[in-house]
Amino acid sequence: MAPRTLFDKIWDDHVVETLPDGTSILYIDRHLVHEVTSPQAFEGLRLAGRRLRHPERTIAVVDHNVPTSDRTQPIEEPESRNQIETLERNVKEFGVPYFPLLSANQGIVHVVGPEQGISLPGMTIVCGDSHTSTHGAMGSLAFGIGTSEVEHVMATQTILQKPAKNMRVTVEGVPGHGVSAKDIMLAIIGRIGTAGGTGHVIEFAGSAIRGLDMAGRMTLCNMSIEAGARAGLVAPDETTFEYVRGRPFAPKGEDFDRAVAYWKTLATDEGAHFDKEVTLRAEDISPTLTWGTSPETVLPISGTVPDPAQEPDEARRAQMQRMLDYMGLEAGQAIAGTPVDVVFIGSCTNSRIEDLRAAARVAEGRKVAQGVRAMIVPGSGNVKRQAEEEGLDKVFLDAGFEWREAGCSMCLGMNPDRLTPGQRCASTSNRNFEGRQGPGGRTHLLSPAMAAAAAVTGCLTDVRELV
Amino acid sequence: MEKFTTLSAIAAALPEANIDTDKIIPARFLKTTQRTGLGRHAFDAMRYREDGSENPDFVLNREPWRKAEILITFDNLGCGSSREHAPWALLDFGIRCVIAPSFADIFFNNCFKNGILPISLPREVCERLMDDASMGENARLTVDLARQVVIRPDGEEVSFDIDPFRKHLLLEGLDDIGQTLQHEQGITRYENREHQEKSWMPSIHID
Repeated sequence: MAPRTLFDKIWDDHVVETLPDGTSILYIDRHLVHEVTSPQAFEGLRLAGRRLRHPERTIAVVDHNVPTSDRTQPIEEPESRNQIETLERNVKEFGVPYFPLLSANQGIVHVVGPEQGISLPGMTIVCGDSHTSTHGAMGSLAFGIGTSEVEHVMATQTILQKPAKNMRVTVEGVPGHGVSAKDIMLAIIGRIGTAGGTGHVIEFAGSAIRGLDMAGRMTLCNMSIEAGARAGLVAPDETTFEYVRGRPFAPKGEDFDRAVAYWKTLATDEGAHFDKEVTLRAEDISPTLTWGTSPETVLPISGTVPDPAQEPDEARRAQMQRMLDYMGLEAGQAIAGTPVDVVFIGSCTNSRIEDLRAAARVAEGRKVAQGVRAMIVPGSGNVKRQAEEEGLDKVFLDAGFEWREAGCSMCLGMNPDRLTPGQRCASTSNRNFEGRQGPGGRTHLLSPAMAAAAAVTGCLTDVRELV
Repeated sequence: MEKFTTLSAIAAALPEANIDTDKIIPARFLKTTQRTGLGRHAFDAMRYREDGSENPDFVLNREPWRKAEILITFDNLGCGSSREHAPWALLDFGIRCVIAPSFADIFFNNCFKNGILPISLPREVCERLMDDASMGENARLTVDLARQVVIRPDGEEVSFDIDPFRKHLLLEGLDDIGQTLQHEQGITRYENREHQEKSWMPSIHID
């Protein structure tokens, strides 16, 4: 057999049938469901008199809409409450396993899946959410789907797909002080652009990637979609197996050993073909952040805001100017030193225990700058509990951060956590689109350590000056 | 799903690249449990001013483009989230066809599932179609899916590519689930094989 990539192997292993035009019916191992993109799918099933083919391959959580403040009170926003209650009715009616709001296991679906051992290497994993790419860090093929496809997976446990092209992004070397997976990913998106991965699945490889812990790999794969890729993945290795071992829904005992033996066969073969290759040196990457309203508009923290006058393409020039106007920035200004109003540490990109530890190292013994609202939103109830066991909550609370309950929160502002017009936010989330965190809000994407640095200094700051 | 055969309609030009799904439908409007009713929030931030009144400069607020059924943009249309609310909002507004040099993958997929035809054409062709669109009522574009052509007001035909399976589904207004269930035996065979080869595969049960 010709040498195959990790993606090729997972794909080949899940093809049920290939139709004459090249579309494959692809088997889905895990379907993750949340309250926003599922109601219309359940309704479709109901209207057609269908059931879930495999509820025991499905898991539902509430995350997008949930308040991250006191959970013992009823949810105030009637539409959010309705969406959550609708999910609760649906999981009951269709027999779907569910972590309710008050469960310690509740959290952001892309944090919960790996944490519970529900997302495993070699699996196909889908969810009605573009950041499903996160689970690719396990060495699985994981991608976001629309609600029609959610219904399709519910009814058939398959999806109709044509194979993606293979792309490899290799990062060699050792990241410098203060440089995290988030900085690496922002640098990658800056290099290849928001459409750089369109039609491709990106495999992240190289010594800098192998050196990342699972949380870092999840950050990387999470933002593959921001590079336009269908999915991102990292070959499963000892780091992966150790992470999976003992998780609640992971295989146990001999089953685990059998699974690992299989997972070890998945790595890309020597000489496998990639349609596109990009290589970066970890040493070239500084703490990085975005200046505009597209994730590709990145700068090292030492950089200056680009000048549209230097852009030859007219449409791009106009777009850059629009971004500067929206972001309230001047061409040529140093990005460091720009004052922020809000700091958001959370989201499926950066809300794991490792992320909170990185932020706490910066926050420890310091105070949130006057006039800055700084929020910590753990990715799950379990992350929150673990952080409390480690005393991180005290570090944050002493410094003046808000210590909140798990959910998507201000990443997309579907719950009450929202920016007001003109507010500038240092955010560990994944999208800086206009209005993403609230109408008129201005988002700078950066790492948890950089976000904490912004919180304690009151402005965008090079974290290397603090730690 | 409504069939898509031919569409002769007013086209609106939105000459921007990277129009993301938050722009098409901001997250705060995703709290619905229905597919319909999102049209009035399509392009909310561009369409309405802060006081809630219409922005008179935005193309879809102007005559005759309020009745546009075809939308033409630049590259990477629909980038960002997987929300199917984006095509639902477009459809509810009245858009049946989107034309751009390139699309984000998930949005592209989602369009087909809702009877919206996404057509990919080179940028210079999109620019010419945008010129046609600027003439409004005087310049309707016609999209003939069976023949795979966009017919310009001067009669020039621009051909486009489309996946034959998706074309078939659109022309017939078929949804995928029924199609896939015709292969149910294959799915069962796959499951039996998996049961043997991946006996370690855990099930999810919560008490």
